[in-house]
Amino acid sequence: MSGRITRDEAAHVARLARLRFSDEELDELAAQLSAVLDHAADVEALDVTDIAPTSHPHPLVNVTRADEVRPSLDRDEVLAQAPSVDDGQFRVPPILGEAP
Amino acid sequence: MSGAPGREAALGDGWELVVGLEVHVELSTATKLFCGCANRFGDEPNTNVCPVCLGLPGSLPVVNAAAVDFAMRLGRALGCEARGAVFARKNYFYPDMPKAYQISQYDQPTNTDGRLELPGGHTVGIERAHIEEDTGKTTHIGGGGRIHDADYALVDYNRAGVPLVEIVSRPDIRGAEQARAYVRELRAILLAVGVSDARMEEGSMRVDANVSVRPAGSDELRTRCEIKNLSSLRALGRAIVYEAQRHVDLWSGGERPRQETRHWDEANGRTTPGRSKEDADDYRYFQDPDLVPLAPAAETVAAIDAALPPLPAARRADLAADGGGAVSAEDAALLVERGQDGLVRAAIAAGADPGVAATRVANDLAVEDWAPVTPEGLAALVAMETSGRLTATQSKQVLAEMAEGGGFPDAIAERRGFQAMAGDDLAAVVDQVISENAEAWSRFCAGDEAERKKLAGFLTGQVMRATRGQADGAAVNRLLAARARSRP
Amino acid sequence: MTALGVAAAVAAGERTARSVAEDYLDRISAGDGEIGAFNLVLADEALADADRVDAALGRGEPVGPLAGVPVALKDNLCTRGIPTTCSSRMLEGWRPPYSATVVERLRAAGAVIVGKTNLDEFAMGSSTENSAFGPTRNPHDTSRVPGGSSGGSAAAVAAGFAALALGSDTGGSIRQPAALCGVVGMKPTYGRVSRYGLIAFASSLDHIGPFGATVADAAACYEAIAGHDPLDSTSIDLPLEPIDGALADGVEGLRVGVVAELCGGRLQAAHLVGTDAPAASGVEGVADDVLARVQDAAEALEQAGAEVRTVSVPSAVLGLSAYYLITSAEASSNLARYDGVRYGLRVEAANAAEMNVNTRTAGFGTEAKRRIILGTYALSAGYYDAFYGKALRVRTLMLQEFAAVYEDVDVLLCPTAPTTAFELGAKIADPMLMYLNDVCTIPSDLTGHPAISVPFGRGDDGLPVGVQVMGPALSERLIFRVAAALERAAPGNGSAP
Ligand SMILES: [Mg+2]
Ligand SMILES: [Zn+2]
Repeated sequence: MSGRITRDEAAHVARLARLRFSDEELDELAAQLSAVLDHAADVEALDVTDIAPTSHPHPLVNVTRADEVRPSLDRDEVLAQAPSVDDGQFRVPPILGEAP
Repeated sequence: MSGAPGREAALGDGWELVVGLEVHVELSTATKLFCGCANRFGDEPNTNVCPVCLGLPGSLPVVNAAAVDFAMRLGRALGCEARGAVFARKNYFYPDMPKAYQISQYDQPTNTDGRLELPGGHTVGIERAHIEEDTGKTTHIGGGGRIHDADYALVDYNRAGVPLVEIVSRPDIRGAEQARAYVRELRAILLAVGVSDARMEEGSMRVDANVSVRPAGSDELRTRCEIKNLSSLRALGRAIVYEAQRHVDLWSGGERPRQETRHWDEANGRTTPGRSKEDADDYRYFQDPDLVPLAPAAETVAAIDAALPPLPAARRADLAADGGGAVSAEDAALLVERGQDGLVRAAIAAGADPGVAATRVANDLAVEDWAPVTPEGLAALVAMETSGRLTATQSKQVLAEMAEGGGFPDAIAERRGFQAMAGDDLAAVVDQVISENAEAWSRFCAGDEAERKKLAGFLTGQVMRATRGQADGAAVNRLLAARARSRP
Repeated sequence: MTALGVAAAVAAGERTARSVAEDYLDRISAGDGEIGAFNLVLADEALADADRVDAALGRGEPVGPLAGVPVALKDNLCTRGIPTTCSSRMLEGWRPPYSATVVERLRAAGAVIVGKTNLDEFAMGSSTENSAFGPTRNPHDTSRVPGGSSGGSAAAVAAGFAALALGSDTGGSIRQPAALCGVVGMKPTYGRVSRYGLIAFASSLDHIGPFGATVADAAACYEAIAGHDPLDSTSIDLPLEPIDGALADGVEGLRVGVVAELCGGRLQAAHLVGTDAPAASGVEGVADDVLARVQDAAEALEQAGAEVRTVSVPSAVLGLSAYYLITSAEASSNLARYDGVRYGLRVEAANAAEMNVNTRTAGFGTEAKRRIILGTYALSAGYYDAFYGKALRVRTLMLQEFAAVYEDVDVLLCPTAPTTAFELGAKIADPMLMYLNDVCTIPSDLTGHPAISVPFGRGDDGLPVGVQVMGPALSERLIFRVAAALERAAPGNGSAP
């Protein structure tokens, strides 16, 4: 166990990901992720500065569609799957912060 | 940077305003950016939604070709370089963001390094103009409409996925008036290239201002605040002035502003700090693996350039040239912004006095619904005014009626009882036209019904031209018939 | 009976689609209590589908190539109006308002969908133990795992609950369970099969592919689902080569490379060693009995006229690390949409952000959370370049090295999984140990190249071993052909226990 990730770092990342963990869970998580990152030290150590990144296995470009309207979904079918609905809309608890 | 027109003396001595604007514009495509749902304002909530724009598990985005074309048209109109581009995910949670990430462009945007020249001559650099998707719309219920007192919120995803272009200026704007001019000019360009209806009131054009101040003459960049919720040009100007003064006061008092997002409070005329965001600004951008890069071919860019309509700056220059110095810069800017420059230039070509034509249209023609006014009609109206046949007040009334589809100015003036050229003055002109067009006159006298009608039109036109449109057509016809009867 | 046998019998009127469906549904109700392959059995829907096929045949209308063939779908493929869970509490009870492209294509081919199969939650795992609804067991030995994450689909075919099944493969999730369950599992070239309607784990590595009892069955299923889809921007718009005619062609004259690194750096057959200098290093954990079957397979291909040699792909050993960084990063973003707002689970709270936290904390299992945290970390400011950015460059390196190897050989051979099926619970507590299951399958997910696992003999414990054939992009026809040759030469071809 290398301690590459601290409990605080794990907690920070958990906040970004909107997940909650107990302190014990955070410690375990930090240890497991440290082990994964230890294994990834081979990648981390590699000098690959001259190699371009590949985000995608196949080099496609300019895939687009025509600007033509297609049928939307039936609203009742959509809202039937929602946890809470009001007045044809998705209902959520009050939102405290602002959108970025 | 030329000229002082933007320099506004609002700040205390020795301070200079530094403003950059971020403008989000909804593109007027038929469908959304990544799906075939209608891009339409005002429909019943959640009726223009599908698996893609709802972010349903398993759905995948496909780029709308028209949105890319629109964005590139705008970029080229702003003098940007059109580049290969990559869509990235901007990750953050918010109920109006269906996938919990916004598909945007990050380090490889479609347009970079452009410029926008203001009517006064000042040039503002454009850092980038990138494509991204809009969010849904949240309504906060209860608590008097204030976000943090609300009981709950409702979300409508009709707007989620609507294509936006975000135009980011460099911090080259030096005053509130310049900021307004920038937005007006940008709007004129958007309308000219036909990619957005750019209505601030309806939210299809949204402006955020980054404001800071610095000692005049320095080139440092001090702490800036981003002001949101600027829903009119008036709000934009007032907010910048307020915020800049707040910064000057802080710096002068030995304090420093905090870098933060602030809101414009229209009712109280001040900015207030935004509530802190729920997350730190760590958006974890990365290339969206569901989409492939855009790589516009040189021919595509060339075709876009070739199809660009004349842009506002060029149109102002053309109008100024046609006006021979008689059209004021203010009138020219206004006419181009409203798209009425073509009418005025055509009227000038038809003989109208440039200064009068420009002023009359700029001051007295409706901003919308003026289509019935023709260049010939406008030229005739201006001629009536310059020759003294109509007073300026009468001329405005006649123009208003012309805009409502009321026809040619002489008829309107006659109907309204405004005096038109008649009697001896008109007879003298008719006689002059007859003598100057002897051949046409003999054919008129000798011709059959059809020939006579054709030549009457020609001769009447000559009289109209000679009278700069002040003549009454029916009176001319009566005079021509009388002269033909009495021909020796 | 094979899937193609069923299709032929139904098309010829020797069997009705309904009687076939009833047989399979009977086997499911008799046996799935023990195996747990299905999250949901679609008995009524399957019979209705079968009746439609029979009615069409009765009217003399043309039916598709899979008419009447019972197919199982991994439960991460969207089915309109039919629950689609990803084996997660998060999506329990969710009925998608649309179907995946592959589902539409199977229906168009006349297939009868018998149910939705179990998986590791959101396809994250190699044992199908990470399911919110309990594990699936290996039909060859119910104390063992079926592999994963498509363990339900592999087990369903191995147990005769379905003639074909679809799975998804992001790090080996079709091929590894196919190997452990003794069936054929194939992952096509990235972009050959539309991902539209496949619930994303890691978008740039997610593939959909078939399971079948035989290579020919898997090939027929692949042909039914492959082809361009305008709803998937990453879909390849190139014509498909028919596979059918190639299966009997044999391997005479083909050049086959055994990848030294994916054999753990150790090869025992003397004549294979030293053809090229084998790398000293290799992936961890490849068992001797599995390696012995790979060597048997190599020799069988040589017997059949192929030219077999050892080749080296040094970056293959980096695959596992690159894979975990890339897939976790993409997953952290793909799984962010489960926020309790629009569908699926919600755990209420006083404000929206807390509701998100409550919902996600309750809805995701341990492994999903672990990967979300790893991926969020790998993408976050300050770590991107060291981890995610580097991993993308390793991917380039790997593509370059495979391209170089494919200059010299036509296809590659290696183990599918490092061991035969292991005991339930054996690796679940140690994520790194579990991750090592995928060392041999990961490279072709990173490169997007096609690969297939074929049963080839048994391990020392008597359980099935799979060998893997890999080829360059768009070489599906070739790898099916080599797989068919191996199938003919195999000591046992993984028929149901
Ligand atoms: Mg933006
Ligand atoms: Zn949509």
